[in-house]
Amino acid sequence: MNPLDNQDLWSQIFGFANYGELLVLVRNSIIAGAVLGVVGGLIGPFIMMRDLAFAVHGVSELSFAGASAALLFGVNVLAGSMVGSMLAALLIGVFGARARERNSIIAVLMPFGLGLGILFLALNKGRSANKFGLLTGQIVSVDNPQLAMLTAISIVVILGLLIMWRPLTFASIDADVAQARGVPVTTLAVVFMVLLGLATAVSIQVVGALLVLSLLVTPAAAAMRVTSSPVLTPLLSVVFAVTSIVGGILLALGGGLPISPYVTTISFLIYVVCRIIGARRAKTGAIGRLGVAAGRVSNR
Amino acid sequence: MANNIAPPVLSLRSASLAYGTRRLWHDLDLDVRPGEFLAVLGPNGTGKTSLLKTILGQERLSEGTITFLGQPVGRGNRRIGYIPQQKLFEQGTPLRARDLIAFGVNGHRWGLPVSSQTVREHVDRVLAAVGATDYAAAPVATLSGGEQQRIRVGQAIAGNPRLLLCDEPLLSLDLHHQRGVSELIDAQRQALGTAVVFVTHDVNPVLSFVDRVLYLAGGRFRIGTPDEVLRSEVLSEMYDTPVEVIRSRGRIVVLGTPEEPGVHDHLDTGIGRSHP
Repeated sequence: MNPLDNQDLWSQIFGFANYGELLVLVRNSIIAGAVLGVVGGLIGPFIMMRDLAFAVHGVSELSFAGASAALLFGVNVLAGSMVGSMLAALLIGVFGARARERNSIIAVLMPFGLGLGILFLALNKGRSANKFGLLTGQIVSVDNPQLAMLTAISIVVILGLLIMWRPLTFASIDADVAQARGVPVTTLAVVFMVLLGLATAVSIQVVGALLVLSLLVTPAAAAMRVTSSPVLTPLLSVVFAVTSIVGGILLALGGGLPISPYVTTISFLIYVVCRIIGARRAKTGAIGRLGVAAGRVSNR
Repeated sequence: MANNIAPPVLSLRSASLAYGTRRLWHDLDLDVRPGEFLAVLGPNGTGKTSLLKTILGQERLSEGTITFLGQPVGRGNRRIGYIPQQKLFEQGTPLRARDLIAFGVNGHRWGLPVSSQTVREHVDRVLAAVGATDYAAAPVATLSGGEQQRIRVGQAIAGNPRLLLCDEPLLSLDLHHQRGVSELIDAQRQALGTAVVFVTHDVNPVLSFVDRVLYLAGGRFRIGTPDEVLRSEVLSEMYDTPVEVIRSRGRIVVLGTPEEPGVHDHLDTGIGRSHP
């Protein structure tokens, strides 16, 4: 029997038998996904502005190490994941003020976290599906207490971002001038890293450590291709993130595959479409300029 | 231009700045009055930018005191406008020109970046004042270097500062934009009596506005009008080597400063950018 028979392959990727009953089973995951989509969509533009995309990856690997350690020792996985990501976020925040230092710290932390995580998984004699899920995402794992904890942490992140929004934007795009105007740039940077650590830890529970970027970075990167409005950018980014993850869960439901390929594919396709739209607009002329020609003339 | 009766906006007393054993300047006494335009000149590494950082409270004097509006300086101050060296905004920065100017008014406030009607109208006036109304809604990264620098001037003056600190704001701008941006800074000073401390390696674009010069070189400094300081014998003494200052068609060219060629020096930019 050929496991890659066309018909089989297709139904393994997309299957919709007993869909209604399955939907009830993953209700919690869909809610969790939507909440994480909001978190990812809101924090994403800041990750981009602060040039922290690579840092997200570093944080997520240490978060993975924490989660797999928690799994091995039988403690709360989300808590373990949070310890790992907080540690990474603070290390990167404190020692990586400059981009170059930051990148080298992340590059040092990342393989160490991954290796540590794999060690804990290898020592673990438990069910392998659960373990694999930490890396590539899982949908049936969210029980009620977990959903409550995940939502609570997400609310902390969202509230934190809403409170810091304006000074954080200022500090992210122009730290020198923001500091000159009395914005507490250093404090904001550390607090932001803490929020990023929290967001990463909760995201890993659903999309897995390897693919957190598709939730925290890709939607914002896509939004920034099509708009420069400070209001529209986070809104679009949230819409893209929620679409990716909820859409990914719904599609993954029928097939027997992990959810991450679905989430990452949707998220990637949105990005590609946004890039094309952005490139077309750039070709047809500068965006948002009143009377481009007149403006140019008056400036010469 | 400068108001000599009003109390100084900025005061330094016996101020010294040193990193370890390397002393940048010492025993600096300086008063900057409302409406005064002070150009800070000198080669690289003499502590011009560090002077601005001490005024902003980001670096500490090793000795002496520094006060702004009679108060010791703190970490950042909203009565100070700061125009940094030109640094282009990243492609994709999710901000428009007007958002950047609004930061000059309320960028320090917590919460969402929603501006009140009053702030929006104020931003409109600032946009008009810096001649940026045409590209008010354009993403900042799509603007040319000169346009971005105009927006930065707008951001710095939007908060009605008492003091403008400018760190090489004309660097990498073409002559036309150099003139435009320095005229904007001068206009702010004329209209509102804002004092200006202007760090530059080339005094020529702002020469007609400058009241006094602070020249830093070789661990020494001189303060005075351009005519008093920018003279062959003064600079020769500071540099400890014969230096020649040439005045030609309203421009000043300094020849013979003992520096690696191309690093700073008035000659490079003076001749390279001379008017046609």
